[in-house]
Amino acid sequence: MTTAIDVSGLVKTFGRTRALDGLDLSVARGEVHGFLGPNGSGKSTTIRVLLGLIRADSGAARLLDGDPWRDLVALHRRLAYVPGDVTLWRGLSGGEVIDLLGRLRGNGQHPERRAELLERFELDPTKKGQTYSKGNRQKVALVAAFCSDAELLILDEPTSGLDPLMEEVFRGCVAEERERGRTVLLSSHILSEVEALCDRVSIIRAGRTVETGTLAELRHLTRTSVTAELAAPPTGLDALPGLHDVELEGTHLHCQVDTDRLDGLLRALTTAGVRSLTSRPPTLEELFLRRYEAVPQVAPEAAPEAAAEEAPEAAPGAAAERAS
Amino acid sequence: MNLAGASTLLRFALRRDRIMLACWLYALIGSVAGTAVSFGKLYPSQSSREQLAQSINSNGSLRALYGSVYDTGSTGALTAWRMLGLGGLLLGLLCVLLVVRHTRAEEESGRLELIGAGAVGRGAPLAAGIGAAVTASALVGGVNAVVLLAMGQQVAGSLVFGAALFGCGVCFAGVAAVAAQLTGTGRAANGIGGAVLGLAFLLRACGDAAGSTGPGWLVWLSPLGWAERVRPYDDNAWWLVALLIAAGGAQLALGYALAGRRDLGSGLLPQRPGPPSAAPSLRGTVGLAWRLQRGTLLGWAFGFAVGGAMLGGISQGVKQLISSSANVEQIVQRMGGSTGVVDSYLATSMNLLAMVAAVYAVQATLRLRGEETSGRAEPVLATGVGRLGWAGSHLLYPLLGSGALLLVGGLTAGLGAGVALGDTAGWTGKLLVGALVQLPAVWVFAAATVALFGLRPQWTAAAWSVLGVWLFIGYLGPALNAGQWLLDLTPFTHVPKLPGGSFHVAPLLWLTLISAALAGAGLAGLRRRDIG
Repeated sequence: MTTAIDVSGLVKTFGRTRALDGLDLSVARGEVHGFLGPNGSGKSTTIRVLLGLIRADSGAARLLDGDPWRDLVALHRRLAYVPGDVTLWRGLSGGEVIDLLGRLRGNGQHPERRAELLERFELDPTKKGQTYSKGNRQKVALVAAFCSDAELLILDEPTSGLDPLMEEVFRGCVAEERERGRTVLLSSHILSEVEALCDRVSIIRAGRTVETGTLAELRHLTRTSVTAELAAPPTGLDALPGLHDVELEGTHLHCQVDTDRLDGLLRALTTAGVRSLTSRPPTLEELFLRRYEAVPQVAPEAAPEAAAEEAPEAAPGAAAERAS
Repeated sequence: MNLAGASTLLRFALRRDRIMLACWLYALIGSVAGTAVSFGKLYPSQSSREQLAQSINSNGSLRALYGSVYDTGSTGALTAWRMLGLGGLLLGLLCVLLVVRHTRAEEESGRLELIGAGAVGRGAPLAAGIGAAVTASALVGGVNAVVLLAMGQQVAGSLVFGAALFGCGVCFAGVAAVAAQLTGTGRAANGIGGAVLGLAFLLRACGDAAGSTGPGWLVWLSPLGWAERVRPYDDNAWWLVALLIAAGGAQLALGYALAGRRDLGSGLLPQRPGPPSAAPSLRGTVGLAWRLQRGTLLGWAFGFAVGGAMLGGISQGVKQLISSSANVEQIVQRMGGSTGVVDSYLATSMNLLAMVAAVYAVQATLRLRGEETSGRAEPVLATGVGRLGWAGSHLLYPLLGSGALLLVGGLTAGLGAGVALGDTAGWTGKLLVGALVQLPAVWVFAAATVALFGLRPQWTAAAWSVLGVWLFIGYLGPALNAGQWLLDLTPFTHVPKLPGGSFHVAPLLWLTLISAALAGAGLAGLRRRDIG
C-alpha cells in the first residue's frame, strides 16, 4: 500500500530501437519523485507504459496497486497527467479544456481552486486552442491537473516553455500537493527544479535506471569536492584510494574524493597541517554529468559504442544486435 | 515580395509529395485516356456519335452532369466533352490540396516557422505551393494532350484540351492561395477551396441543365463553365484558356498581397474568444466528439440539401430522353439497372449521393487517427476514458452522421422531384428509401477505415486510396464497359437500385455484417496496440 508506482525490468522496443531496457522505478506514496534523464533516455516511454497507452514487451509495472494496461480506466480516475508537449483542440477555449478533462476523469473539480490557479498562472481561459503559446498550453494542462482530486500526478517535463516566474508558481503548487499527501512523478531534465522539489530521484540512461535514492544517498555514493590550503606540502597522497582529479600546487590542493574515502584524505591533510578547508557535496548537476560524462555530447542511443565501453550489458547497440 | 529559397522549397515539396502526386496524375491521365479508348469503341461512327449527342442534349439531368455535347466530329471531341469538366474539377481539387498543404497547413503545424527563420523569402512558401500545383497541372494537361495526339486526334483540339485542363488547375490554385491567407487552419482553407469548387460545379450544372430556355448564363459565372466552353476540336476558344489563367494569376497576386500584410501563423479572418468555462453539454467523450465533428457534419448536410434538391429538381429533363441510341440506353440501363428512365435516373442520383456520403464517412473516421497523431488523444485517454469509448464516440458520425446526410439528401431530392414531376409525398417517400438503403454500403467504407486504423495505423491514410479506387470503378466502370466481376467488388453494386429496382434485404444484411466484422477487427486491434 505504500508504493504508488512499482516498475521492474521494463523492456520496450520500437522496431530496432530499444527504448526501455530493463528499467526499474519505485515511487512511494506521498513523495515527490524526480525522474531524470537526458532527451531520448526513455522517460516519456515509461510514462506512456504507466498510462496504459503502450504495452511493455516484458517486465512488470504496478500503478496504485493496479495493472496499468488492464485496470486502465479505474486507475486513470485516480491520476492526473500533464504531457510534455500539450496540443489543444483548435475550436475549444482553454477553460473548456480544463473543465472537459476534469469531467472526463469523473471525480470533480473545485471551482474555487480552479479560479485561484487560473489567477496564479495568469492564464486567460477564453483564448482558443492553438492561439496559446507553448507555455500557455502547458499552463492549461497544469491547471487541469492541479485542480483535480487525483491521488497521483504524472508530470512529463511540465515546465518546458514556462518562464521563471511561472516556474516558481509551479514549484509552489507541487509543494502544496506534497503537503496534501499526494504523490508526484516529475519527469524533468531541469536539475535545479528536481533538486528543489524532489524527495527521491531516479536517474535513467538508455532505458535503464542507473541511480536511485534520496539526494543525500546519491551524494554519499559519489565524490566530494575538497579545496585546502596546507601548512606544508602533503605526503602520501598517491597511496590514498578514491582520490581523483588531484591538482597540487605547493601547499594548495584541489581534488575530488569518493565520499566514503573522505576520512583517509582528512587524516593525510591534518598530518600536513590545515590552514583553510572547503569541502562541498556534489550538486545534482555534477552527479548527473558524472553519470553521463562517458557519453559526451550525444544521446546514449546515438552512441552505442561509447555506451558499450561503460556498461556492455546495457548497450543499446548490443541489444539491437540481439534483437535482430 | 522576396522569393529567395522558393526553388529549393519547391523541389522539397515535390519530393515530399512524389507518391501522392504520382497516384493523382495516374488517375487523372488514366481516366482521360481510358475514356477516349472506350468512346472510340462505343461510338465508332459519326452517326452513333450524333445519336449520343441528341439523347444527351435533350436530357436536362445528363446535361447537368456532363454538359452538352457540342461536336460529334471526333472521338477527341466526345472525350473533351465528358472529361474536361470532371478532369478540371478533380485537378482543381488536387491544386487546392497541394497549395494549402504547403502553405497554411505547414504554417499551422509550426514547421514553416523553422523554414521561415532560414534564408527564405516571405513569399517563398506560397510560391513553392503554387509551383507544385502548376507543375501538376502542366503534367496533367501536357500528358493528356500527348495521349490524344497519339490516338490520332486533331493537333489544335488536343493542345487546347490540355491547356484548358491546365487553366483549371491554375485557376483553383489561385483560389487556394487566397483561402490560405484568410483562415488560421489548413482544414478551413481546404473547406473554402472545396466550397468554391462545389459552387463552380453547381453553377455550371444548373446553367447547362437550364439550357437555352432558362438561366443558361449561370455557366459563365463558373471557371468550370469557361473550361467547358473552350470546346476543343470545335471552337478551340483559346481566349477562355487565357481567361482561366488570368483569373488564376489575379488571385495569386491577391494571395501574395495578403500574405505580405499578415503575421506568420495568423489568418485574416478574426478569431473570436471562447467561453471561460465549458457548457454542461461538453461532457464525456460523446460531448467532445460532437464539438469536434459537428461543424463538418453541418457543412456536409448543407451540401447534401443543395445537391439533393438539384438532382431531384432537374428530373423532369429526364422525361424528354429520346432513346434513339441503343448504346446510350444500354449505358443508362447499366448505370440505373432498371426499367423506368426517371426511376433509373433518380436511383443513379441516390447512388451518387451515397458515394459522396462515403467520402464523409471516411473523413469522419479518419478524425480518430488525426486526434491520435496530433497528441490530443493522449490526455483524453489518460483520464477515465477507455479506448473503445473514445473511438465509439467518434464512430457515431460515420455510423449515424452519414445516415443523416443521406436522409437530408433523399428528402430534398424527393421534394425537388415532387416540384418537378408532381406527387411530392410519393417521390419524397420513394427517394428517402432510395437514399437510406445505401447506408450499409457507406458503412463498409468507414469500417474498412476503422480496420486500417486499428490494425495498421501507419497506413490509415490509405483509406482514401481504397475509397478512390472503389468510387472510380463504381462511377466510371459501368460506362466504360468494365467486367461485372470488377463491379461486384464495390459495395455500391450490391445495393438495391431504388426507386424502380426490386428490394432485397439479403445484400443489405451482408454489407452490414461485413461492416461489423471489419469495424470489430479494427476495434479489437485498437485495444491491443500502442497509442501514438
